[in-house]
Amino acid sequence: MGDNIVTESFSETPRAAATPIVIVGHVDHGKSTLIGRLLYDTDSLQDGKLAQIVESSRKRGLAVEWSFLLDSLQIERDQGVTVDSTRIPFRLGSREFVIVDAPGHRQFLRNMITGAADAEAAVLVVDAKEGAQEQTRRHAMLLRLIGIRHVIVLLNKSDILGFDEAQIVKVESDVRQLLGRLEIEVEAVVPASARDGDNIASRSERSLWYKGPTLVEALANVPPPASRAALPFRMPVQDVYRFDGIRYVAGRIERGTVRAGDRLSIGAQGQIATVAEVCRWHAPELPVAGAGESIALRLEPDLVPDRGDLLFPADDRAAAPERSARIRTRLFWLRGEPLRVGESFTLRLATAEHDVTVASIDAVVDLEDLTLREGDSVPPDGFAEITLAASHAVLFDPFSPGFGDGRGVLVDRYQRIVGGAPLIGPAELADGEHAIHPTASRVSAARQVQTRGHKSGVFWLTGLPGSGKSTVARAAELALSEQAINATVLDGDTLRAGLCSDLGFSPEDRHENIRRAAHVAKILAESGQVVIVALVSPLQADRAQARQIVGENFHEVFVDTPLETCEKRDPKGLYAAARAGKIPEFTGISAPYEAPVSPELRLPADRPEQEAINTLTAFILRIVQP
Amino acid sequence: MTQTRILSRDQSITGLAQPRIMDDLDQLEAQSIFILREAYRKLKPLSLLWSLGKDSNVMVWLARKAFMGHVPFPVMHVDTEKKFPEMYAFRDEYTKKWNLDLLLGYCPPVEEIDPSLPPAARSAARKTAGLAAMIDKHKFRGVIAGIRRDEQATRAKERVFSPRGAGHRWDVRNQPPEFWDQYATPYEDGMHIRVHPLLAWREIDIWRYIEREGIPLVDLYFAKNGKRYRSLGDQDITNPIESNASTVAEVIAELETSRTSERAGRAMDHESEDVFERLRVAGYL
Repeated sequence: MGDNIVTESFSETPRAAATPIVIVGHVDHGKSTLIGRLLYDTDSLQDGKLAQIVESSRKRGLAVEWSFLLDSLQIERDQGVTVDSTRIPFRLGSREFVIVDAPGHRQFLRNMITGAADAEAAVLVVDAKEGAQEQTRRHAMLLRLIGIRHVIVLLNKSDILGFDEAQIVKVESDVRQLLGRLEIEVEAVVPASARDGDNIASRSERSLWYKGPTLVEALANVPPPASRAALPFRMPVQDVYRFDGIRYVAGRIERGTVRAGDRLSIGAQGQIATVAEVCRWHAPELPVAGAGESIALRLEPDLVPDRGDLLFPADDRAAAPERSARIRTRLFWLRGEPLRVGESFTLRLATAEHDVTVASIDAVVDLEDLTLREGDSVPPDGFAEITLAASHAVLFDPFSPGFGDGRGVLVDRYQRIVGGAPLIGPAELADGEHAIHPTASRVSAARQVQTRGHKSGVFWLTGLPGSGKSTVARAAELALSEQAINATVLDGDTLRAGLCSDLGFSPEDRHENIRRAAHVAKILAESGQVVIVALVSPLQADRAQARQIVGENFHEVFVDTPLETCEKRDPKGLYAAARAGKIPEFTGISAPYEAPVSPELRLPADRPEQEAINTLTAFILRIVQP
Repeated sequence: MTQTRILSRDQSITGLAQPRIMDDLDQLEAQSIFILREAYRKLKPLSLLWSLGKDSNVMVWLARKAFMGHVPFPVMHVDTEKKFPEMYAFRDEYTKKWNLDLLLGYCPPVEEIDPSLPPAARSAARKTAGLAAMIDKHKFRGVIAGIRRDEQATRAKERVFSPRGAGHRWDVRNQPPEFWDQYATPYEDGMHIRVHPLLAWREIDIWRYIEREGIPLVDLYFAKNGKRYRSLGDQDITNPIESNASTVAEVIAELETSRTSERAGRAMDHESEDVFERLRVAGYL
């Protein structure tokens, strides 16, 4: 349907899109200088830009500084670092490239990913004298995980080594070994000096022993993107429209081709429909469309798929995607806090969204040597292999560099993108392992705040028996309710009367008691509740575990009442009994109490009780009020 | 140039029709359609900023491609009341021809704008204020804008979906990651997303696409008496360039050899080094 045209201008070969090249590497290894040099050598600067650089350098009383081209934001100049990726077109012969500059500073990893994810090839800049550094390894790892297929290594500042063959060959072999561990194929390792222009666009007189390509030659050798047309058809449904009485199933073809008359399977439900028409507006009429095209399909019967449903060939099992509720995936982790088992996210996969929970952290990458180690958490900006459990079967194709398949992204309840998940494949269950598929709430944190009128949080009160934790907690609960804040108190004795009535006071049982309390607190907090936990929780390690279970919502409060005061108060007669030897392992008397080192709030005992209540209430209000 | 010729290229020896080989414009178009469809699905209410310039006309055209000839959300013209008369005539003609739901917004007088800005930038900032008022009035969660990375260095830092927080501010230091075609969604009340479907296009791509698709333009872009406008702002802060290009094809030929920046005729870009960033952080396009 729609307004089709049949005219078309012809050229023998279609004009190719520019090839995106990302430039990465450790800070100060010379990325920005390289880009300036490349643009200069390939004569790719607009006159206006050149004038701007000269003017900026002049104002600062400096010689022309090529890296200023990229440091175009005032704040970057102030800091002297590049904060975000920039894209600059340049041309080699008839081929066009776009340079993506990626910053070397570690905390800006997410900006680097933003720039690098679409690149066809990467130039990894390594200081020839310093060799691979922490960020070199991190960037190399990321190149692999985001799926860059071609990597060229530039050994920059080789002039410092006098282009000495023996030394450069040594660095080259180290870098090749490193990248080999990541299964990255290295296109070339070029000894160069970006500042002086050696082996960038022209062959250096200083490295006559070097027979490989210059950087520009290596770039020109990067093959064009692999064709996705011959693979089995995939189109994730982006939306369904109804215009002029016609229903259109809209989406972008991720791979393969689709023709009028094709029979397609729709999503995990597996309904089948035939393509009645491939629709475009104001385009040459063609009954076929291929990978990369954004099109609309008319289906027969006129079904209404959901956004996210994957369309794929019916009647051909070999052409069907993987189907599993447990998925093994690699991960690059972008959140400021570590990732832990049991956390729930939305997995975005093309246009689909699935509720998933981290079922296990299978291995964590050690950035010192890029080996896989066991680990129970993934640090910020870290890399890992994990298993995700979804509440239902997910259709997917494993990640493959250079293709759109299996590009999972994890999104948290605040709608933040917190990780990239190149999917490996269905996860097998180990013998004896029982598959659990936890479901996550579909209510966003923002909606909870809207309906409840406040944010959630877990306020963990620790202190000696008799220090006044429960009293203060209950009083704060009341004060909060007067401000229309829903709070729940989990105190030790109440828990032990029910949920934990099977537990005693051995270190193991205390540990279990705290673990259960933390999980209950977490569930309540995730539903938007304010939770005040009043538990002796004497050991640092146990409280650390509680913090780990609850996550970023955890706030430690120390009810700092000295032993003598507690013993003098002794409201339950426990200290007397403990002194008499009637209670074994009593905290403060016959079992240790480890005071918090840096609690977020300390309630000292030398003040009236009402003041402690007010302080705690005010502290909670400050955190949970929107 | 007939259907027969297309078939001769697209017909394989198996007899099955083969998909077209996508050229660079096809790829840019497909990506922009994908972005517009994401915006329409995820951001409601949504609006498209129609400045009447060449880029925003291309954007309206791409929306019609995405939605089978329709633009299923309002287009917004934030009027400084200082545009060229030709632009107003163009607006009225194509609002009808393209069946657009046009929203008009007006800008406050220049006296109400930050006096610390240089004169031309201060004038340009009126548009920011007018736009902010429109967004607040209609509670837009998404605003589609036709900026491109190659126009200006600060715009090169942009995301395709760019969150604007309280007071419509752009937090350039703290932009969300954006990769694998996964875009930011609004996470707080009062914020909106600027959607940039043309971010990856270059000036020459825009012109080649205009030629290929036959997209109408205000004729100020074409040379009269040796001068034409390369970029259209307010009458008093936009200068024409020397040119004899009087057709789309001639403009393309001129650009292929030109080495000056597109915004060279925009006075505000040259007043001080950081002025453009200051404008953009506050919400300018």
